[in-house]
Amino acid sequence: MSDIILPRRELIARAGGLVAAAGALPLLAGCDVINDAPAVRKILSMGEEMNRASQRALIDRNALAREFSRADLSPYFRPNGTRLPAGADYAAHAASGFAEWRVKVSGLVARPLSLSLADIRAMEQRTQITRHDCVEGWSAIGQWTGVQLDRILEAAGVRDGARYIVFRCADRIGDALYYESCDMIDARHPQTILAWALNGAVLPIANGAPLRLRIERQLGYKHAKYVNAIEAVASLDGIGAGKGGYWEDRVDYEWYAGI
Amino acid sequence: MAEAETPVAPEKPEPVRVYRHRLPVRIWHWINALTLLILLMSGLMIFNAHPRLYWGEYGANFDRAWLVIGSTADTGYLRVGNWRIDTTGVLGRWTDAQGATKTWAFPGWATIPTSYSLADGRRWHLLFAWLLSVGLALYMLWTLLGGHLRKDLHVRRAEWSPRHIWHDAKDHARLRFPKGEAAARYGILQKLSYIGVIFVALPLMIATGLTMSPGMNAAWPWLLDLFGGRQSARSIHFITAWALVAFFLVHIAMVLLAGPANEIRSMVTGWFRLPQERET
Repeated sequence: MSDIILPRRELIARAGGLVAAAGALPLLAGCDVINDAPAVRKILSMGEEMNRASQRALIDRNALAREFSRADLSPYFRPNGTRLPAGADYAAHAASGFAEWRVKVSGLVARPLSLSLADIRAMEQRTQITRHDCVEGWSAIGQWTGVQLDRILEAAGVRDGARYIVFRCADRIGDALYYESCDMIDARHPQTILAWALNGAVLPIANGAPLRLRIERQLGYKHAKYVNAIEAVASLDGIGAGKGGYWEDRVDYEWYAGI
Repeated sequence: MAEAETPVAPEKPEPVRVYRHRLPVRIWHWINALTLLILLMSGLMIFNAHPRLYWGEYGANFDRAWLVIGSTADTGYLRVGNWRIDTTGVLGRWTDAQGATKTWAFPGWATIPTSYSLADGRRWHLLFAWLLSVGLALYMLWTLLGGHLRKDLHVRRAEWSPRHIWHDAKDHARLRFPKGEAAARYGILQKLSYIGVIFVALPLMIATGLTMSPGMNAAWPWLLDLFGGRQSARSIHFITAWALVAFFLVHIAMVLLAGPANEIRSMVTGWFRLPQERET
């Protein structure tokens, strides 16, 4: 037995040493120094570029996100982001049932538009039951009805040279208005819609009333809510901090959020 | 006698050295060790953003979670199904290096970065996932083509006998390790655990990880069918991560018990000294 006991003691001593080493605070501080170094951040952002390039190569541009049946709906669709935009302006719109709400379509387009909800509802509609995936990890399934963004872009006549579509929102978080953007592949995707209904009822304010973007092959923060302007642009430079979205500018969320 | 008093070092036999680990094994081992550590710690950060797990396609705060790490006013807890355990100080409620109380699920010493940043956790995780995937693919290829599977990992018919497996398990439990020539080869439990890690656990991590990607769901919708939905894939991802941690703990324990210097040297230089038979 004695030859068994010895290594056990040795093990305990060594395990104790490991725990002590793991608890060393300077080591942890060192990790954060590495995390914040500019060169490291540059390397880390390579992952996003690799994910974007490989997913764009792998996924057919018209490949659809899975569509579900009504039996699959989440009992309650958890809202993401802003629940109630602040300000008298939005409150007035809400009080009047968004009758005066306009979505301005501008930028690199042949025919700038200003669409009311009635205009949007008069266009051909698409209804889809899809899963919303938050960057945090949760998912909810909801039924969305609205107009394909592609139809709006067609109506406005997007000019050559437009590479991105920018979505301006009415909700302010902290110091700035929310905004998002996507490339032309996602903008033209058949499931990319401006939705005004959730689960067969008018879109609740917490979910982005009166209009929110559905961009089904990307994570939740890309699905801009309270949309009041759509811009076709050649470059994202000069918009916000130039990273293409509110959270992209502030906390370094990926602009391409397909994963 | 005078001669006998002169101290003469007893003739110690030279240890027999064998070339045990080829270069690709060693390179992959150490790259993978670092990669898995970073993936685990950044993964725990991502988990902290929503410390709840579900089965099925959807799952959010209003849905029933099968696993929750949460906090009350003064405690932290882990709930699995209906079983709940107080984890104050470690999970759900803990004190950071500055003495501040935090209510994130996993404590700062276990996550990358140490303070809450989902964005940074994802950056680390999604970059090192590439290293894991490409490394594993190359290693699998080499394992199959380079003879590693056939020569070292292949489980021979005699080894499959329950008696043999039981015998090996008993030896491990008694910390009785093979000596001499036998020490240079993998035992049955070793083979099964390495095969399990390379061909089951790591591919499962990658596949369930991809199943959480809305982009990949559009490209390969069968992933959702394979794992029973995105939230199930997230749960399996989490469980498999801890299975890998369990493997790591046993692996480290075995290295320490079997002779850490020799084992680690062999994974650095490739050369392993055969442990000598004890005379007693």
